[in-house]
Amino acid sequence: MLDGLDVSVPTGTFAAVVGPSGCGKSTLTRLVAGLLKPDEGEVWLHGERVKGPRKTVGMAFQNPVLLEWRTILDNIILPLEIVAPRMPRKDCVDRAMELLEMVGLTGFEDKRPSELSGGMRQRASLCRSIVHKPDVLIMDEPFGALDAFTREDLWQTMRDLRRAEPFTAVLITHDLRESVYLGDQVIVLSGRPARTQYVMDIDLPEDRALDVLYTPPVADMLHILREQIKIAQGREEGGH
Amino acid sequence: MVRKIAVPILAIVVFLGLWEALVWVNDWPNYKMASPSDLPPAFWKYKELFLTMGWQTLWRTVAGLLLAVVFGTLLGMIIGFSRIARDALYPLLIGFNAIPKATLVPVISLIFIGQHDFNTVLMAFMISFFPIAVSVGIGLSTLEPEYRDILRALGASRMTIFLKIALPKTLPEFFGALKVAATLAFIGTNLVEIVSPHGRGLGALFKSGETNGDYPLMFAVLIALALLGIILYYAVVMLERYFAGWAERENS
Repeated sequence: MLDGLDVSVPTGTFAAVVGPSGCGKSTLTRLVAGLLKPDEGEVWLHGERVKGPRKTVGMAFQNPVLLEWRTILDNIILPLEIVAPRMPRKDCVDRAMELLEMVGLTGFEDKRPSELSGGMRQRASLCRSIVHKPDVLIMDEPFGALDAFTREDLWQTMRDLRRAEPFTAVLITHDLRESVYLGDQVIVLSGRPARTQYVMDIDLPEDRALDVLYTPPVADMLHILREQIKIAQGREEGGH
Repeated sequence: MVRKIAVPILAIVVFLGLWEALVWVNDWPNYKMASPSDLPPAFWKYKELFLTMGWQTLWRTVAGLLLAVVFGTLLGMIIGFSRIARDALYPLLIGFNAIPKATLVPVISLIFIGQHDFNTVLMAFMISFFPIAVSVGIGLSTLEPEYRDILRALGASRMTIFLKIALPKTLPEFFGALKVAATLAFIGTNLVEIVSPHGRGLGALFKSGETNGDYPLMFAVLIALALLGIILYYAVVMLERYFAGWAERENS
């Protein structure tokens, strides 16, 4: 599915990966997370080769996969119950509350996931994915199922989280605006088998506001990326 | 709260009233159909028998059901986690479930001659484990991979994933099946009690009512069985509220 894919993400930066659907983006996330083993080649994280699942990874999916029988607070604490060293319950709660405040969910800690809206659930899911302070956060279209305005809210939340907590991030997305707004670099994958087709460094101010998406430089970036996607799609169709 | 209790009681009163009227309008004699007003004297006359026999039926049903829970859950785990086991066991299970259990009564009473308690519990078990095994199996095999991945990516063991995610997620299906199984187990118990010569339990009391032409007694036994069924069912509901209350949506 992936072939000759060579991607490197500098520590502490945010990589957004875009590409035609079905090109193997989700496979990439599972490789980085150590859930899949590559047939050939290697995955390296922080100078260490990935051989299997590792505790220093956080994951978020399109589906928030919150556990219905746990409160929001207990959902966020879940990874802390797995990774060593175990923290005392009180520290876990403090850590979770701190994150809840950052994403604007204070007051919802005792609610069940079914009582929250889709956007709030995804916020809680993001909290869970970084509660154990992972080195790398892997996101597979986490905002894909949200409406446009909620999605933009979450982009801003994502930026706030990154400013507060340093982590390397890999974001799989279909949304070019999202990739430009959140990413330090945007990686365009070709159609199947996926190769790195194009890499764009995003040179926008660190504290960018959403308005930046409506400025001419960003419009140019989006245009270039769109052209690259078109090429990627063309290659895929030509391959059949 | 008042409505929750008053409405079902009212429904029962209406049902008994209609039953009484049916017998009265048709002027049916007792041997055709006893009326509700015949039942209290029948209960009173055999009150000690009802208590001892009712207890016999109840404990054997619950024992069979507990066995079914343990065995059914284990079997469900096997077919839920292993494709091969699923392919291998499903035809056997469905075939076994399709056999009318009444036909097994002579079989088991020949294998375990005179073991009345054992045979009764065994039948209650055999008739009730199937829905539990199937629902646990389906619950586990339909677990979305993302649920597993969020813990697997952290290096959690299979056991941890099972205890923290798969097991609780399957509880609503499990309790749904347990409600079905609880009423089925009563059928199993009574099958053996009625068919076995010199049996014990409410089924045997029913049989003796039939032998002696005491028709109000037969109907009284049926009502007692219904009552025990309701009690066991609501016991399961209470357990469900406690362990899987989260699955209930409010205001819906």
